Amino acid sequence: MDNLEELAGEARAAIEAAGDGAALEQLRVDYLGKKGRVTALLKGLGKLSAEERPAAGARINEVKESLQGLIAGRKAALDTAAVAERLAGEAIDVTLPGRGEGTGSLHPVTRTIERMEDFFSAVGFEIAEGPEIEDDYHNFEALNFPPNHPARAEHDTFFVDEGTVLRTHTSPVQVRVMESREPPFRIICPGRVYRCDSDLTHTPMFHQVEGLLVDEHSTLADLKGLIEDFLQSFFEQSLAVRFRPSYFPFVEPGAEVDMQCVHCGGEGCRVCSHTGWLEIMGCGMVHPRVFELSGIDPDRYAGFAFGMGVERLAMLRYGVGDLRLFFDNDQRFLAQF
Amino acid sequence: MKISEQWLREWVDPALDSAGLAEQLTMAGLEVDAISPVAGAFEGVVVGEIVSAEQHPDADKLRVCQVKAGGEELLQIVCGAPNARVGLKAPLATVDAELPGDFRIKRAKLRGVESQGMLCAEAELGLSEANEGLMELPPEAIVGQDLRETLGLDDVVIEVDLTPNRADCLGMRGVAREVGALNGIAVCEPLLEPVAATIEDTFPVSLAAPARCPRYVGRVIRGVDLSRPSPLWLQERLRRGGICSIDPVVDITNYLLLELGQPMHAFDLGVLAGGIEVRTARAGETLELLNGNTITLGDSNLVIADERRALALAGIMGGEGSGVGPETTDIFLESAFFAPEHLAGQARSFGLHTDSSHRFERGVDFTLQRPAIERATALLTAIVGGAPGPVVEAVEENALPQREPVLLRAARIERVLGVAIDDGAVERILRGLGLNVEAVDNGWRCGVPPWRFDIAIEADLLEELGRVHGYHRLPATRIRAELAMPRRPETQLSQRRVRRHLAARGYREAITYSFVDRTQQALFDPALAPVALRNPISSDMAVMRTSLIPGLVATAQRNLNRQQPRPRLFETGLRFLPGDDGSLDQRPTLAVLLGGRRQPEGWACSRDAADFYDLKGDLESLFAVTGCEGEFTFAAAERAGLHPGQTAAIHRGAALVGYLGALHPETLAALDLDRPLYVAELDLAALLDARLPAFAPVSRFPEIRRDLAVIVDREVTAAAIMADVRATAGPYFKELTLFDVYAGKGIDPKRKSLALGLTFRDQSRTLDDEEVTEAVKQVIDSLVKNHNAALRG
Ligand SMILES: [Zn+2]
Repeated sequence: MDNLEELAGEARAAIEAAGDGAALEQLRVDYLGKKGRVTALLKGLGKLSAEERPAAGARINEVKESLQGLIAGRKAALDTAAVAERLAGEAIDVTLPGRGEGTGSLHPVTRTIERMEDFFSAVGFEIAEGPEIEDDYHNFEALNFPPNHPARAEHDTFFVDEGTVLRTHTSPVQVRVMESREPPFRIICPGRVYRCDSDLTHTPMFHQVEGLLVDEHSTLADLKGLIEDFLQSFFEQSLAVRFRPSYFPFVEPGAEVDMQCVHCGGEGCRVCSHTGWLEIMGCGMVHPRVFELSGIDPDRYAGFAFGMGVERLAMLRYGVGDLRLFFDNDQRFLAQF
Repeated sequence: MKISEQWLREWVDPALDSAGLAEQLTMAGLEVDAISPVAGAFEGVVVGEIVSAEQHPDADKLRVCQVKAGGEELLQIVCGAPNARVGLKAPLATVDAELPGDFRIKRAKLRGVESQGMLCAEAELGLSEANEGLMELPPEAIVGQDLRETLGLDDVVIEVDLTPNRADCLGMRGVAREVGALNGIAVCEPLLEPVAATIEDTFPVSLAAPARCPRYVGRVIRGVDLSRPSPLWLQERLRRGGICSIDPVVDITNYLLLELGQPMHAFDLGVLAGGIEVRTARAGETLELLNGNTITLGDSNLVIADERRALALAGIMGGEGSGVGPETTDIFLESAFFAPEHLAGQARSFGLHTDSSHRFERGVDFTLQRPAIERATALLTAIVGGAPGPVVEAVEENALPQREPVLLRAARIERVLGVAIDDGAVERILRGLGLNVEAVDNGWRCGVPPWRFDIAIEADLLEELGRVHGYHRLPATRIRAELAMPRRPETQLSQRRVRRHLAARGYREAITYSFVDRTQQALFDPALAPVALRNPISSDMAVMRTSLIPGLVATAQRNLNRQQPRPRLFETGLRFLPGDDGSLDQRPTLAVLLGGRRQPEGWACSRDAADFYDLKGDLESLFAVTGCEGEFTFAAAERAGLHPGQTAAIHRGAALVGYLGALHPETLAALDLDRPLYVAELDLAALLDARLPAFAPVSRFPEIRRDLAVIVDREVTAAAIMADVRATAGPYFKELTLFDVYAGKGIDPKRKSLALGLTFRDQSRTLDDEEVTEAVKQVIDSLVKNHNAALRG
């Protein structure tokens, strides 16, 4: 019995020093197993007197339990350390770049057209499309441009033959809609248009979004409201917008729309030629002659039309300084949108 | 139209400064492009007169001039201008004068000779670009007077960009009328009194094409002295209107053009024979124009002729040899009206555009011809002398423009403009514009003045009302409509879906020109004759594309040249396919291009080059968007410009909808490309037709997978093998995967091995091994029988 403390101390030290699960199991067998040294002490209790036996038994059991607890504790510690070691070995550099394809992009013109479509769709406009090689009738005559009219000269038209042109605006799509549908309707016509002009600020192809609304009660005031609304939504600013009388053969009254320069806020800068205003679109009430040519009663119906250049809006919105970049398609340019 | 503000204010003088006036014009539809001073900022410049000019002792090109400048003493000026001569009056910048560009004149020595100032060219004073010699002032200039006063230089030019409908404002008179109407103030007209004839001479005029020229007014003036220069005021007004001074007669006709908007012409009476006939040109007749060009005329042209020959292209340009020159003493003045609809396009057909054609095409006041010739006579006789004969007028009243009164219904004002304007204001506005307004039931009947060619219907009057009332004063209201939901078929995809899908797979959208280079196009579409433009901007943009591929390939080429080594591009748009019968199919199309590495460069990314199957996989994923991927099939095909062994035609069902392939090595060489590119082109419509999802229950029972490797001849296509498997694998067969293809070591060189994974499953029970084995056996039997297949190992 005298060596119980000595035995317990020796066992505790050994458990503490055990380096893995196997060593620990060996210690358990050595001390607490059937033939273990602590078990042997319990077995030796019979040699003691009846008075001594309970106290000695209690002390041995105490040691046994304490050693069991130490072994369990040591085992848990070893397990935790083993997991930690494995995890440490599996650690990766999470800052390394990921694998695989990046994302592509939509062309800024498409992006702009889609935004425009979304704003107008939200107030009930449908999207209409049409041919780009167009007959003279739909591109000009039906829009009240008689042959040889001086306004035609401003269109710098590409000709395929005498009666066939590359459309100079998307208005012919409006004519086709008016010919084929009964009012009321609200449409916008996005698409490519062509003018025979190429310099710093003109490309021979560009994009327009034109709109047309025909019903029984539309007014120039409605047109003003819609355009102001659109420009403020598009630029996400409460911009000043002004309407000036202007001339387009297919509208009467006609107007040109200026908006406060988005670059300088109206103070005057290079972008707005120091006027504080940016010319942004043409519009007006549909000319009665245009209605008549397409079979719509101009006394019963009124309507308005508007048209704007997509590249111009995109340039102002995204700060693109050179129109020609849109058709150069440099991937470093495309990747910015 | 360039408007001298000083001149305008002689007609009408609103209480506005220059900027206010410009703003008012702009907001009334006469858009002001620029306001520029008529001269640079300078002071200390006076009228000088050269009284002697001696050669500089030490410089060949310099002269030493003694110049009278109003003071007691002559000033000595050293001058290099070639026209420095005795008697010339020219601007003299005296010592301490300030010239434009902060240039101060100092007493200086030029090559040892003192100079007490500088004689100036126009450019040095910011008057024009002219810099070849001294500005020549006319004899009446007062020596010593401040030049700003002499020339009235405290003035600005307001440049108005007129729309084609406002021909009435192509003269000072029209602009003045407009300003008067906008401000509700009076306009004072210049004197347009008749000038009495002092001689009897006339020259006969006849109208042989009265529909095209319904009025021609002419007048003989004898004994003019063309050696006299135009007076300063006339030269200055022309200069401010953007017209060069030529000689007094031409200057006066140009002055009338600026003042009243009436183009005029002066003939040398001495070379005219018989009489003036305004007639249709004879086919093949030629005419040498003032600009030196000889044109060949046809019966669509109108000429002013005498009994011998065509003298002028009517309303457009005079002819060589019949105009006035230094020797001319007797002139015949022309003031005519040509009908706009008949003159339209004529000038352009000869590549011409003149101040005269610009006005006649848009419409000149058809009552103005006689007053204009009287005004011109008054000015002419005052400046160059001469004796006027009686005015001769040929007119066909019926052919003059008819001005029907236009009815304005009061109710339409609010209906169109969205705002009511009270009756008094309506009448005031319309009368201010020169309309003859008469109240009728519920509206007004408005007589249109002869100078307005843009008022024919009620809408035109509404515009005038809105314009003068002010667009800025119209309210801005919101549109109202019934809210109806759109009928939108779920099986119709939008192009947006296609674009976004490709963008998500790493492609960038490009937009290329619809016109391309004929040769580049022929590389890919040699059989089609593309639609050609009559007036292309350049030869590389001459034909309409029959394919989007040339544009994308050129884009890839450009990017590769700019060290962007991994092109992944797509474009949507029309391609233009001419049919044999002259028809034209403008077909919505998608094109895709791929090149460079399979994945972007990166530590963990594949370094392999992308190939045919990368692009094919991207297309297949696009087809899967429709839910009908099974309808799309690929078959080996050949196509111009593409690799004959790496090209596939794509069908959806029975319809050919596109193709996919590698660029032919020869095409790559022709385009100077050093690496493979893969392209595909598809009809967009085939990608937008989708399937409505229809639910099928998902089995709860396990699936069984069997793999087998078969060896077949190399020519046997995967598609044939897979179709055979699908056809023979029995009712429990669900999926087929082709997970390996091998050819090479261990296999007959003419054969290849395909590894197939077959999945079986039933809806209602767990399958027996035997059932599956039986199904696989059927598959193998069929492959052996139909494709000479052998099981591998
Ligand atoms: Zn600005």
